Amino acid sequence: MDQFITFGIVGLSTAAIYAVIGSGLVLTYSTTGVFNFAHGAAGMLAAFCYWQFTVGWGWPVPVALVLVLLVLAPAFALLVERAVLRPVQALGEAERLVMTVAMLSGLIAAARWIWDPNVARPLPTFFADRKPFHLGPATVTWHQAITMAVAVAVAIGLRVLMYRTRTGAEMRATVDDRALVGLAGARPVRANQVAWILGTQLAAIGGILIAPTVTLDASQLSLLIVSAYTAAVFGRLRSLPMTFVGAIVVGCMESYLAGYLPQNAYLPGLRLAAPALLLFAALLAFPHRRLRGRDRRLRQIPVPTMAGTGLFALVVVAFGVVLATVLSAPDLITYGPIFSLGVVALSYVPLAGYAGQISLCQLSMAGIGAVVWAHLGAHGELWALLVAVVVSAVAGGLIALPALRLSGVYLALGTAAFAVVLDQWIFTLPTFKLFGVQIGLFDQGSVTAVGPDLFGLHLDSESQLMVFAAVCLALASIGVAALRRGRFGRRLIALRDSEAAYATLGGNLLLAKALVFALASGIAGLGGALYGMQLQSVSATQFNLVAGLPIFLVAVVGGLGAVGSGLFTGTAYVGPINALIAIAPWSQNAVALLPGLAGVGLGRNPDGVVPSMRSEWAPVARDRIALPVLVLGIAAAWVLRLADVIDGWVFCGVALVLALALRGWAAARQRAVLAAAVAAGSAGAEAAAPEEVPVEWLGIRRAWRPEDEEVLARGIAAG
Amino acid sequence: MSALLELRGIRAAHERINVLHGVDLAVAAGQVVALLGPNGAGKTTVLRVAAGVHPAASGRLLVGGRDVTGADPRRLARAGVCLIPEGRGVFPNLTVRDNLLMMTFTGRSRAEIEEIAFTRFPILAKRASQQAGTLSGGEQQMLALARGLATDPAVLLLDELSMGLAPLVVGRLYEQVAEIARQGVAVLVVEQFAAAVLGIADHAAVLVRGRVQRQGHPDSGLRAELSALYMGSPL
Ligand SMILES: Nc1ncnc2c1ncn2[C@@H]1O[C@H](COP(=O)(O)OP(=O)(O)OP(=O)(O)O)[C@@H](O)[C@H]1O
Ligand SMILES: [Mg+2]
Repeated sequence: MDQFITFGIVGLSTAAIYAVIGSGLVLTYSTTGVFNFAHGAAGMLAAFCYWQFTVGWGWPVPVALVLVLLVLAPAFALLVERAVLRPVQALGEAERLVMTVAMLSGLIAAARWIWDPNVARPLPTFFADRKPFHLGPATVTWHQAITMAVAVAVAIGLRVLMYRTRTGAEMRATVDDRALVGLAGARPVRANQVAWILGTQLAAIGGILIAPTVTLDASQLSLLIVSAYTAAVFGRLRSLPMTFVGAIVVGCMESYLAGYLPQNAYLPGLRLAAPALLLFAALLAFPHRRLRGRDRRLRQIPVPTMAGTGLFALVVVAFGVVLATVLSAPDLITYGPIFSLGVVALSYVPLAGYAGQISLCQLSMAGIGAVVWAHLGAHGELWALLVAVVVSAVAGGLIALPALRLSGVYLALGTAAFAVVLDQWIFTLPTFKLFGVQIGLFDQGSVTAVGPDLFGLHLDSESQLMVFAAVCLALASIGVAALRRGRFGRRLIALRDSEAAYATLGGNLLLAKALVFALASGIAGLGGALYGMQLQSVSATQFNLVAGLPIFLVAVVGGLGAVGSGLFTGTAYVGPINALIAIAPWSQNAVALLPGLAGVGLGRNPDGVVPSMRSEWAPVARDRIALPVLVLGIAAAWVLRLADVIDGWVFCGVALVLALALRGWAAARQRAVLAAAVAAGSAGAEAAAPEEVPVEWLGIRRAWRPEDEEVLARGIAAG
Repeated sequence: MSALLELRGIRAAHERINVLHGVDLAVAAGQVVALLGPNGAGKTTVLRVAAGVHPAASGRLLVGGRDVTGADPRRLARAGVCLIPEGRGVFPNLTVRDNLLMMTFTGRSRAEIEEIAFTRFPILAKRASQQAGTLSGGEQQMLALARGLATDPAVLLLDELSMGLAPLVVGRLYEQVAEIARQGVAVLVVEQFAAAVLGIADHAAVLVRGRVQRQGHPDSGLRAELSALYMGSPL
């Protein structure tokens, strides 16, 4: 019984921390409409700063507290509000989400850069020198008592602020109708700033309180937040009292699991994954609605032409062949994942780009593909690759079933929780038997993966694998482009535009969602298997949530709607970072920040960079002189490189200069041709342009075309 | 009598499409001006420009004789311009009382505001702790109009007060508007439902495709022209 009470006290004090952090999250979400994935990371940063001041520099605790809570946290909040969120305020939910995911990824990278993760940083609890006191049969430390007192104070303080003050009314009103707040003579921006400051301060308080009882580690602390998210979801992201209830449930459950869960090899991971499982369950159990009055601006998804896609696929393969022959052996290992991670990133295109389903567990799906390949394809059997794709697809379809009820931030949260469950628990399981089938995962360490056996030809050198991955990426890109052009692709876009409209048009939501999840997971599984082949030995940490975030970010920066963003993401994620490290080894840690920074830059170019790159290169592809010159030029340089006449750097330089020069030249030529056409009389050009027909006249003023279904659905969704 | 609200040669555009092509309007203290016109004529845009919500591409905006062109909505609100926007001008998730609290940013105290609102619209006192979004349409419009009454504005801009309401309710709301005007407020009313407002208007202007096509006393001549416009003379 005493033990039960002791665990209860521990649970309640943890719950108090989750409540504080969770209420900060609810406060910012319900008043600004931004779900802050980086909320825990802000608390983590505060804990590190606090450690630096008190332990690192030996300053008195009160000074450090004042500095962190009253100076640094508000300053950070204002900076984030100004620089990161205001630019995307008017954009869609996805962009706002990406911003905070970028912040999460960037803050973890920054903390690791500033505070070497290999150094242990113990942080004393508050009043550690005072004796714990007794409360009936229970023993309570001062740290625990303070934690709980803080939570109570926060609960009362927030209640009073929100419902008894004008600032509180202003904050709630800003969610309802921003413009009307301005008309009433108040300042909506100020209401947002207050919300961000308070939210960040609450995260900081939570971070400082929790850090002494766990290890001070950037990603662990940031993800402890999963429990606080669960608490917030109990409150449906808007009710503070329910958030506190949720916090108590989560805190006590964790504590009792730690105390009473039997010791065996299958369960320690469950304890780590429990908050995520509970988050998943809470997401499904609590019905939720989107915040009302949020404007959604939906963007067009370009329809790729088959010829253009074919050309692109050739470029991908050629790029792979050139890289495979030009790079040295160690470089091949470094840059190997360009194509395999490109395939993983490509899986975002149908899922997030077409269907608008934001998933943060694609790399985990890749992990499933890698594991299946490693076990079944131990001798490179090609059918195992197919099985890897199918198993990942089935896993993806399975997440879609519960996730059917989720959309927007809830789906992102649910898939993040799923990723955590996979990497903390499932992937760490030892080999087990299920229905008589022996299932092996990462064998609690790493498993080896070999190259495939291609009809008798065994691919095992790095260069062969790179070309193989490039071919796979090219084929997958063609497949995704074909999907966009087909009926299913149009339906997915209708689904993204408006689920209600989609259902009204007679679509089966469940089926469509399950299919697109399965498809995307299958692609990711293929990417994972390819990635595994190149790594040769794969472990669970290579496929965890935090590792997957930068890939998602770079894919968003590339443009989720564009088929080319697979290649873009692989290249941009793997290329510059390693190139930078090669040129300036001291930048090793700083470069991890790049994807985060790139994500934050999204506010400037919400369509992504691939579409603009495509329009820049299109003239070259169409030009009858420039294209052959480019191909021949690069081929010539390549031959010279193979004959060792020039080295890799010269080859890269020549290829780049040639490509850029021809791009400029082709663009100039196209402009000249256009100008001539205009001069020759614009009548012809006008006749060529398709006539704009208002949506309601489609099928009446001109014949109905299959693509019109999508246009019509969008019209309905917008109206 | 000098005008409290004056628009001089206002031009405005929505995403590079010009919708106002030089609008001149003046509303004096105590005067009710009805701004009428077909759908899409730009009436809402005129009000939004006058409240500072929408930027004017050129032209000048004067409130109480002072040039306030380019001022933001908050500054104009504090200078006494009160826009009750199209739709329901209330915060749906706030209670009636909190909605009234949101009217205190222009100077009056909470007690004064509640006093005025509750005497003018006793029904609101009964619904004080109900969420505004759950009020009936007429009650919501009363709450929205309460801002025009209680914040003591110099200029009141009303957009489609009648939208979706029964004629009886509309009549009652416009009685309140007339009352506000009698206290010396300059009132500019946009209305589709011309009959509702012409009864209380001292002056009417007809806006067609971003230009004031006619203005004058709301006599029968103007009414005939209006009905021709609505019934489909070529626009
Ligand atoms: N946000 C916007 N973006 C683009 N165009 C707009 C926008 N708002 C209004 N417009 C256009 O500006 C023109 C004038 O609109 P406005 O709302 O001022 O008309 P209105 O006279 O109030 O019409 P109604 O009687 O239907 O309310 C219309 O052609 C409309 O399509
Ligand atoms: Mg209007």
